[in-house]
Amino acid sequence: MRPGPGGCCYRRPVRANGCVANGEVRNGYVRSTAAAAAAAAAAAGQVHHVTQNGGLYKKPFNEAFEETPMLVAVLTYVGYGVLTLFGYLRDFLRHWRIEKCHHATERKEQQDFVSLYQDFENFYTRNLYMRIRDNWNRPICSVPGARVDIMERQSHDYNWSFKYTGNIIKGVINMGSYNYLGFARNTGSCQEAAAKVLEEYGVGVCSTRQEIGNLDKHEELEKLVASFLGVEAAMAYGMGFATNSMNIPALVGKGCLILSDELNHASLVLGARLSGATIRIFKHNNMQSLEKLLKDAIVYGQPRTRRPWKKILILVEGIYSMEGSIVRLPEVIALKKKYKAYLYLDEAHSIGALGPTGRGVVDYFGLDPEDVDVMMGTFTKSFGASGGYIGGKKELIDYLRTHSHSAVYATSLSPPVVEQIVTSMKCIMGQDGTTLGKECIQQLAENTRYFRRRLKEMGFIIYGNEDSPVVPLMLYMPAKIGAFGREMLKRNIGVVVVGFPATPIIESRARFCLSAAHTKEILDTALKEIDEVGDLLQLKYSRHRLVPLLDRPFDETTYEETED
Amino acid sequence: MYLPCPVVQNIKVSCTSWKCALEDVAWIISAPAYHLILEGILILWIIRLLFSKTYKLQERSDLTVKEKEELIEEWQPEPLVPPVSGDHPALNYNVVSGPPSHNIVVNGKKCVNFASFNFLGLLDDPRVKAAALVSLRKYGVGTCGPRGFYGTFDVHLDLEDRLAKFMQTEEAIIYSYGFATIASAIPAYSKRGDIVFVDRAACFAIQKGLQASRSDIQLFKHNDMADLERLLKEQEIEDQKNPRKARVTRRFIVVEGLYMNTGTICPLPELVKLKYKYKARIFLEESLSFGVLGEHGRGVTEHFGISIDDIDLISANMENSLASIGGFCCGRSFVIDHQRLSGQGYCFSASLPPLLAAAAIEALNIMEENPGIFSVLREKCKRIHKALQGISGLKVVGESFSPAFHLQLQESTGSREDDVKLLQEIVNHCMDRSIALTQARYLEKEEKCLPPPSIRVVVTVEQTDEELERAARTIKEVAQAVLL
Repeated sequence: MRPGPGGCCYRRPVRANGCVANGEVRNGYVRSTAAAAAAAAAAAGQVHHVTQNGGLYKKPFNEAFEETPMLVAVLTYVGYGVLTLFGYLRDFLRHWRIEKCHHATERKEQQDFVSLYQDFENFYTRNLYMRIRDNWNRPICSVPGARVDIMERQSHDYNWSFKYTGNIIKGVINMGSYNYLGFARNTGSCQEAAAKVLEEYGVGVCSTRQEIGNLDKHEELEKLVASFLGVEAAMAYGMGFATNSMNIPALVGKGCLILSDELNHASLVLGARLSGATIRIFKHNNMQSLEKLLKDAIVYGQPRTRRPWKKILILVEGIYSMEGSIVRLPEVIALKKKYKAYLYLDEAHSIGALGPTGRGVVDYFGLDPEDVDVMMGTFTKSFGASGGYIGGKKELIDYLRTHSHSAVYATSLSPPVVEQIVTSMKCIMGQDGTTLGKECIQQLAENTRYFRRRLKEMGFIIYGNEDSPVVPLMLYMPAKIGAFGREMLKRNIGVVVVGFPATPIIESRARFCLSAAHTKEILDTALKEIDEVGDLLQLKYSRHRLVPLLDRPFDETTYEETED
Repeated sequence: MYLPCPVVQNIKVSCTSWKCALEDVAWIISAPAYHLILEGILILWIIRLLFSKTYKLQERSDLTVKEKEELIEEWQPEPLVPPVSGDHPALNYNVVSGPPSHNIVVNGKKCVNFASFNFLGLLDDPRVKAAALVSLRKYGVGTCGPRGFYGTFDVHLDLEDRLAKFMQTEEAIIYSYGFATIASAIPAYSKRGDIVFVDRAACFAIQKGLQASRSDIQLFKHNDMADLERLLKEQEIEDQKNPRKARVTRRFIVVEGLYMNTGTICPLPELVKLKYKYKARIFLEESLSFGVLGEHGRGVTEHFGISIDDIDLISANMENSLASIGGFCCGRSFVIDHQRLSGQGYCFSASLPPLLAAAAIEALNIMEENPGIFSVLREKCKRIHKALQGISGLKVVGESFSPAFHLQLQESTGSREDDVKLLQEIVNHCMDRSIALTQARYLEKEEKCLPPPSIRVVVTVEQTDEELERAARTIKEVAQAVLL
């Protein structure tokens, strides 16, 4: 079972489709050694698949989702069980006014209206989220760069309300912002340019693109985006979320089929729903699942009427922001071509952050942007601005210019924000005459590999692709979500922790976002503290001991050896 | 074909006597082997006939691999997008060079702006720019994260605080995109099975919010309270039939303060009465009326002197009067706080760039320091509204105090396309005479109730009386030339 070139690098345990987390892990099941036999039985087919598609990849594609240890899974469920029981108990006490109620209540005049919220809807918020609410929405008061200043806040009523102490926690290492290339800055050429435009244009536009809000700046930006992406044309929008939710309905409608990855972002899901097309979900990054859906869709047509589908649109993301996985784009493109489907690629996290020239996931795999029908991305992350774009063939963009909901009804991008995008993009492209952009891209790639490797060596379970700057560290237990976030802040490191509903119920995690602005010292400090907190909270769940070979060139001796 | 059947003979014989039976057995034994085999086969045949179905089910129609491949080979999808003809009226945008403020350069022509929603002229206000610049120097441009993950800046908290104070509500929440505000707020509360009563003329953002909520939508005639009451009554009767369901069915009335599509104001006092009578919550979209109506610019509630607590949720964007980007919702904490976890456009989107929030704060400062600005705006609205009356072929649609109102054709030519062309001609001629106007744009196939084509005239405080007169005169003359 030797994996083909560029395929799966794990020997054991064999996971479907090259170590990608598939349904069996996702829904909380744990595969122990007993299941290994079954996995081995399936191995022949899997490896065959990998060798088949191995040719599509130009470099190794290492993606790992270590399974949840059985004991941890059981304890996690127990944890939620205890929390739920206590939740009911306290709701009971609140109901009988034994415990003081902190939350806002309905107006007296409207007590007899139908309740605005379903009770269960808020059970989770009230009894689970509220306990650890201090880990989110931490207000900052500086540039979201490598280090941030966080406003200290206190709660005297168990997180129901916060008071600002007026103190500022200075120089917190920022592992949470999506500042991949380090363009979140308040000095430098981008800011100078933005300031100049701000003084000339002001901040608002007060109109839509189709009416009288189409500025010369917007046209300039769109030309630049098109040349950056290597596509015929592009269009820019004021909000990344809305780029998805307001443009997908323009592309597909009734009688069309959307095939969507199960972990797609809420904006893609909303856009798909608003479009009125039929939506089918395939397993995360699982090409067999996608192929089966494609095949069935074409063979059996629409349900009931049996008419053939008008068109099929595949929705995938470049980097999945909660998993840290990279889409298997070469395979998706091969499938899309084989089955004549269209491909919508959301590069919110990957644009700028992946690929030798920062052109995103297409660049990373060395593919042709022509093969992706709709290239979508945001300016929020790598470019340190806000908004989103869509790039593609001229016909597509012409159609969107006339039919996009954003173009007709939403205010266009703010001019200084446009300028920030233009200057940062030119910097990445090297058009500013410096090599700064290129250095940032390299720095990010180095940081990513280094940080991921060190965390794995420490024995944490880290999800995702080795080249993905989004690094999820598994916490599993609900109590550890809060503990990890707080302990890290105590040590002057700001991290993002996420639990249900952003992740499956047992797979709570911390997420680090690497940045080119992180220096080696910053990363080493962060790693040292994570190591300490990991020991303190017993987070080093990994049972796969890792031979640290990731930095060596790929050959058949560089499998990651795993020992159970 | 007849075959001798010894078994039957057997039975007959066996009835007679035991002896005979024994003889028969002997006979069977003595029978030739071929005979017995034949008999055996016949018996089996009968059993098979008895137990088998009388007719065969159709063969299952599983496709073979080859057939499937053929189907896949044959399938031809529609193109991703239909081609757009080069002369599509919406394809070639006007290009504005420089700032889109009072004096605007459209397609190379210098004009006075009667098209941007810059009601209070704050777009190029030096104070607003200075505040934004200070913020830019401190925070940079982007926030690099959603509100939950280090995307909450102190300016956001300040702005929310200021908006809540300005509107005299408990809490306000800001969104990074005006359109996403009401479109996210509605589905945060109204779910499948709930009922929303909505005005036919509601803007597109409301329509999308309703669609995302998947609630039951009841449209009532524009500003027709009798029609709304009829629907509410029908619902009441329905509720009495099924009180269990009624206890969990939330009812909402969604209206706009000043309607974007018509320029008319909603009859809020009647709506509030209906609200309490039928126990339906009111969501009010104030994008056009915020910073316009009322003595202090608080919108329709202030205009009608209605307590803001009677409205469950007010939403507005900061892209018109405040001349920044984004939107906000305000109301009681009990209502608003829910959006911090359930408002999709709030949770899942990067937060508003701090410089835009700082600009909005400064704009609020100006509004608070200078409440006279709203009556100035109203005066100007009335002036041009009056001046535009009596143009042959065009009618003015909208309130006389609305800073954005519509000019529609008195008589349609019969085809929407021709109407649009005619109005565009008027717009173009006005543009040549340095009055920048625009048609109200709609997605014709997407709108629930498509408004008739119109030119939207926007009044701002920066327009001088002389400019207003000139604009009215120009429109009148051009319309006469084009329409007659």
